[in-house]
Amino acid sequence: MTHPATAMPAISYNFAYLDEQTKRMIRRAILKAIAIPGYQVPFAGREMPMPYGWGTGGVQVTAALLGADDVLKVIDQGSDDTTNAVALRTFFETTAGVKTTSHTAEANVIQTRHRIPETPLKPGQVLVYQVPIPEPLRFLEPRETETRKLHALSDYGLIHVKLYEDIARHGHIATTYAYPATVNGHYVMDPSPIPKFDNPKMDHSPALQVFGAGREKRIYAVPPYTSVVPLDFADHPFTVQRFSQPCALCGAEGVYLDEVILDDQGGRMFVCSDTDYCAGRQAEGHTGTLSAPDAPTRADEGPKEGCS
Amino acid sequence: MGIAAPAAGFAEPVHESQRTFVALMWAMAEPALPRPLASALTPPAPLSPELAAVALTLLDYETPFFLDGPLAIAPVAAFLRFHTGAPHTLVAAEARFVLCADAGALPDFATLAQGTADYPDRSATVLAQVDRFTAGPLIFSGPGIPDTRRFGAEPLPADLAARLAANAALFPLGIDLVLCAPGTVAALPRTTRPVTPNP
Amino acid sequence: MYVAVKGGEDAIRNAHDLLARTRRGDPGVPEIGLDQIAEQLGLAVDRVMAEGSLYDRDLAALAIKQARGDLIEAIFLARAFRTTLPRFGTSVPVDTTAMAIRRRISATFKDLPGGQVLGPTFDYTHRLLDQGLATTAQTTVKKPAASASEPTGEEAAVASPPMPRVTDLLGDEGLIEPAPADDGTAPTDITRTPLSFPAGRPARLQALARGDEGFLLALGYSTQRGYARSHPFVGEIRFGTVEVSLPVEELGFAVPLGDITLTECQNINQFKGSATTPPQFTRGYGLVFGQSERKAMSMALVDRALRFAELGEEKTAPAQDEEFVLSHCDNVQATGFVEHLKLPHYVDFQAELELVRRMRAAHATDEAAGAPVPTQEAAE
Repeated sequence: MTHPATAMPAISYNFAYLDEQTKRMIRRAILKAIAIPGYQVPFAGREMPMPYGWGTGGVQVTAALLGADDVLKVIDQGSDDTTNAVALRTFFETTAGVKTTSHTAEANVIQTRHRIPETPLKPGQVLVYQVPIPEPLRFLEPRETETRKLHALSDYGLIHVKLYEDIARHGHIATTYAYPATVNGHYVMDPSPIPKFDNPKMDHSPALQVFGAGREKRIYAVPPYTSVVPLDFADHPFTVQRFSQPCALCGAEGVYLDEVILDDQGGRMFVCSDTDYCAGRQAEGHTGTLSAPDAPTRADEGPKEGCS
Repeated sequence: MGIAAPAAGFAEPVHESQRTFVALMWAMAEPALPRPLASALTPPAPLSPELAAVALTLLDYETPFFLDGPLAIAPVAAFLRFHTGAPHTLVAAEARFVLCADAGALPDFATLAQGTADYPDRSATVLAQVDRFTAGPLIFSGPGIPDTRRFGAEPLPADLAARLAANAALFPLGIDLVLCAPGTVAALPRTTRPVTPNP
Repeated sequence: MYVAVKGGEDAIRNAHDLLARTRRGDPGVPEIGLDQIAEQLGLAVDRVMAEGSLYDRDLAALAIKQARGDLIEAIFLARAFRTTLPRFGTSVPVDTTAMAIRRRISATFKDLPGGQVLGPTFDYTHRLLDQGLATTAQTTVKKPAASASEPTGEEAAVASPPMPRVTDLLGDEGLIEPAPADDGTAPTDITRTPLSFPAGRPARLQALARGDEGFLLALGYSTQRGYARSHPFVGEIRFGTVEVSLPVEELGFAVPLGDITLTECQNINQFKGSATTPPQFTRGYGLVFGQSERKAMSMALVDRALRFAELGEEKTAPAQDEEFVLSHCDNVQATGFVEHLKLPHYVDFQAELELVRRMRAAHATDEAAGAPVPTQEAAE
């Protein structure tokens, strides 16, 4: 009782999954996005074989610019080994056959969710961000028809009022991630939900930064060497998070750390969110409080290998 | 039927259009910096292989194109129509892409689509041919340029600096300019501003 | 020594293997065939074709099997495949007046040219579980009697008398607003052009046709309960097959490609008239792949509600809000974004954790000092 196989055409996919017409449409959007830094170019985002909200915008941007000789790195939360990073990297290995790496310095295309690598980016690299909500005004004004007018007028009073209310209420600005920034002195941009710790890395970066929002069907970009200035007030300047202790594995300071809960007794440690950066430092011989053999040990279960 | 078949398109459309796009993307991201663009196309004259590669990479049925000056001849239009399916418009203001054989005779930017306040991306991209790029006499600044960058090309209109300054003053509206020379491509998007050199 | 968790690739591979085994279930039970799904779960196939906007029964059946019967997951599979297909052209508009009818009912006229054709419907069944279906033994189905007054299935295609649409009959008398004239412009395609607002009716209808049945059902229901009430009557629901043809430029005429099954719902709604227009009935329109009256009717209700502005009505309800309805009716988008909350967010959470700790510390200090305590609110 099997269905005749002849009834169904063979299913095959193009290089990097997308058909060429879709790539052209996305490429045109990328060029305009670069020409108008921070402006959200509408594009006819396609359904992708991963769910909306799981990186379809970033995947479409990457698929449109990726070439057979490129070396791709995919991170989520700063790590190459989180499930979604693995799934997206495998997608490009399968559909484009490109070489992949976890080393920031070796990649010329880096797709990311929620972080900018700690290793400074270089000229010629493209950082592709996955963006859930591209509109920095969305939670202040849900209507596209309205936000488009506000951008056209460069009217960002709503955001300033929101930030100022934070200060009035808390004594400081209470936005910790997806912190809005002005690009090239004109458009205010949502930098995607990166911690505000990463905002300074966007300013005058030598790399090209392209943002893809698949569900919301928007692409925007920051060319290299372009000003990206977080919104703030003269008496309440922008500041980034600081951690009171270094990474417990590599001793790095001035990097973004993840908090790992070790037990149910309040035991916790802080380790680099950027796993490639952390592994590189450990390989160079840097150690932290929990990395040396004589450091306090923790029983591990299951097969695990080093943070590499 | 007596109609000659148009010259061939990309031998490997997927990879050649990707390489052409990446050259264009970086040209746009780092304005006034010529970068290599290889093209094996043999389009009808006076369309250059490089401009043809750019056109085949960007144009399709969604993007009306306008042919300016000497490019406005039937063989060129037929070549582009055949390979891209893009509609050929005779109204410059309706075109998403304006192709120009001689950058020395660029059309008046005011006759082209500038975008709208709500949708500044709905503006024309001008694709023009030059003979060569030179390191000056113009000096530019803007996004993608650390400090300033010297740039020139031959031929270019004598008043190009003034026209680009006027274009940049329209930001976020304005046209974006792509220049193709043999084996090379460079771009001057609307954000790129001429700087008056110190005397 | 602390060793960070690694092995994402292995874990994912194992999860995929488990999924494949779970999908298959007990290997002692025969594996379900696509023909069984297509034939016996036909309405599930119809829904996947409609909301996947891909008319292919075999692929929809495959998607349902692969998705373990999760229809939104199956719709997602169909959409992700559809998006890779090259576009050959645009068909000639289908003519539902010429539909080979399998079911056709009107709630507004007791009888009408062509008659009422009940067709295959649950409408008049008693919803009692039928234990007769519980056995896998060959169930006997009555063959249609030669003298049956209601044609079914393929016979209908041959036997149908002309069946003018009810709205056309009313239109002859000028009692209902005319259908919008074809001004020759190509309708927008929301899969090729990003939706912008105001979207206009063609884009709205396309979005609704692809929209989630449950979401449209709830919105349509809300209009009946007074949230943008428009006093609807079901002028006509028809379900059957229509021919699809593709114009071929070189030939100068359209070439028939085949038949597709559609459900069309034409609602007739009250309209008091305005300064320029005498009182007349207005239209709400629903058109869906396959057999889905619930979806077609919900679509027609929401379509009419969204037309409030052109008819000079007051905007009072969610079903009238074009940006709200269209931005949220797509279940592939909605399920993706809701379910993306499962993805790791620990970088952002860390930022919030640090902020809340800092604010709590400040709160404790202020309290100890007797200072007024600001209320606390976490960022978005």
